[in-house]
Amino acid sequence: MRHLLHVLRVYTAVSYADMMEYRAEILLWILSSIMPFVLMGVWMQASLNGTLGMGPTDFARYFLCVFMIRQLTLVWVIYDVENHVVQGTLSPRLLHPVDPFWRFFCDHLAERLARMPFLALVTGVFFALYPASWWWPGLRSVLLATLCLVVAFLLRFIMQYAFAMVAFWSERANAIEDLWFFAYLFLSGYLAPMTLFPEGVRRLAEWTPFPYLIYMPTRILMGQPTDVVHGLAVSAVWAGAFFIIYRVLWRAGLRRYSGMGA
Amino acid sequence: MEHRRYLLTLRRFWAAAIAAEMEYRLNFVLATVTSLGNLAGSLFGLSLFYLNGATLGGWRWQEACMVLGLAVFMDGFSRTFLVPNIGRIVDQVRSGTLDFVLLKPMDAQFWLSTRNLSIWGLPDMLYGLGIVAYGGTHLGLAPWRYLRGVLPLAVALVILYSIWFMLATTSLWFVKIHNVTALLRGVLEAGRFPTPAYPRVYRVVFTFVLPVAFLTTVPASAVLDRPWGVSWFAAVPLALALALLSRLFWRFGLRCYTSASS
Repeated sequence: MRHLLHVLRVYTAVSYADMMEYRAEILLWILSSIMPFVLMGVWMQASLNGTLGMGPTDFARYFLCVFMIRQLTLVWVIYDVENHVVQGTLSPRLLHPVDPFWRFFCDHLAERLARMPFLALVTGVFFALYPASWWWPGLRSVLLATLCLVVAFLLRFIMQYAFAMVAFWSERANAIEDLWFFAYLFLSGYLAPMTLFPEGVRRLAEWTPFPYLIYMPTRILMGQPTDVVHGLAVSAVWAGAFFIIYRVLWRAGLRRYSGMGA
Repeated sequence: MEHRRYLLTLRRFWAAAIAAEMEYRLNFVLATVTSLGNLAGSLFGLSLFYLNGATLGGWRWQEACMVLGLAVFMDGFSRTFLVPNIGRIVDQVRSGTLDFVLLKPMDAQFWLSTRNLSIWGLPDMLYGLGIVAYGGTHLGLAPWRYLRGVLPLAVALVILYSIWFMLATTSLWFVKIHNVTALLRGVLEAGRFPTPAYPRVYRVVFTFVLPVAFLTTVPASAVLDRPWGVSWFAAVPLALALALLSRLFWRFGLRCYTSASS
């Protein structure tokens, strides 16, 4: 266990150094995900006639949270794994005495660290431009939201990693992720607060993993009552299911893996 | 004579690209399904405003649908014609094979902009037009009314292409700009809503800084005969200026280009 922790630390450090080479790229990535701020504009304007039950400031806060949470739980491991499998560069990683899972995992951790300063900057600019939206949710909410955020990241990572295993059979595994991603966009609260969703859709969404990836942490940060236990329980069940799928596909996939180009 | 040579080349390029894509027929099916999911989600996202009694800048549901349809069409267009080429440009700059393109007895901008084609975006283009037709039919628009949108749409495509090519040209300096594609998509997503639905600051930006308004709202309002301050005539000089600018920018970029590893 201590050995693994040491390996993880080294992996993360290496990956972080690598990210630092491409700081401009990270900034571009952040700029390209400004969609929540676009939606924020439309919803703020739409809320002016008062039928939505939320004011412009609420929407500003909501979408700032959505932006931050989305940035902090971003996962792209399927594209990496797919590349490594299709081009055969997974082979050297298989020779390491550590499961390749961890290397990919640490890449994501390091990227999060590299992203932090930019996110702080965006938040600063946001509140400077719109000081009326400033609020402090309280220490308890922040801690609880952080916990939910970690769970959301882990859940999203394990789901995508399980899908990535399909790369052993198909050259474009990411098509599955694309499909899944839309469900994520529409049921996670990314588009709008889920209180505005029709009752049936909201009920259905509660049993999918999606609302707990964005909507639940956002609610906590905004100080609204939230059934955290239900959320974490549903997340845990989904994470467990996808972990099993991942292990089964990984074993079967490795047997098929031919190390293209080797 | 000259243009016939270009047309012939274009046909060869696209035939080759389509033949290559045919390798992945199953993925085409998947892409179709994904597009359909995306479409359903987008319509759902739009309907949230109307279900909750808000409107988008006074535009009716069917009218907003037409704007969304055009945005989906534009997205499909860029995924068919623009996105597949940008990756190639970036790779060529990085590996230095851009030199070979420059040596060909053919305009390099033409070569780089048309070499690739991906049929993955076609379903989106069809669905987009489908939604436009849905909105129009429910508004009882006469068929000839759509013709009024053809020219503004063509102008919009020129604008989109010019912006895209300018972004692609920046790879001559910044090499790693894969995420420019994401940036372009971000811009397009802002076009999913009628521009009048945004707050004032956004409207100014989307009209004068990033010409999002001209991509979807302007063609839609031409069809709907719904003037809102910016006539599509204004888009013609803008498109011409942008096309010229992208050309000049490319020439300027080439002058700075020193090829890889030399």
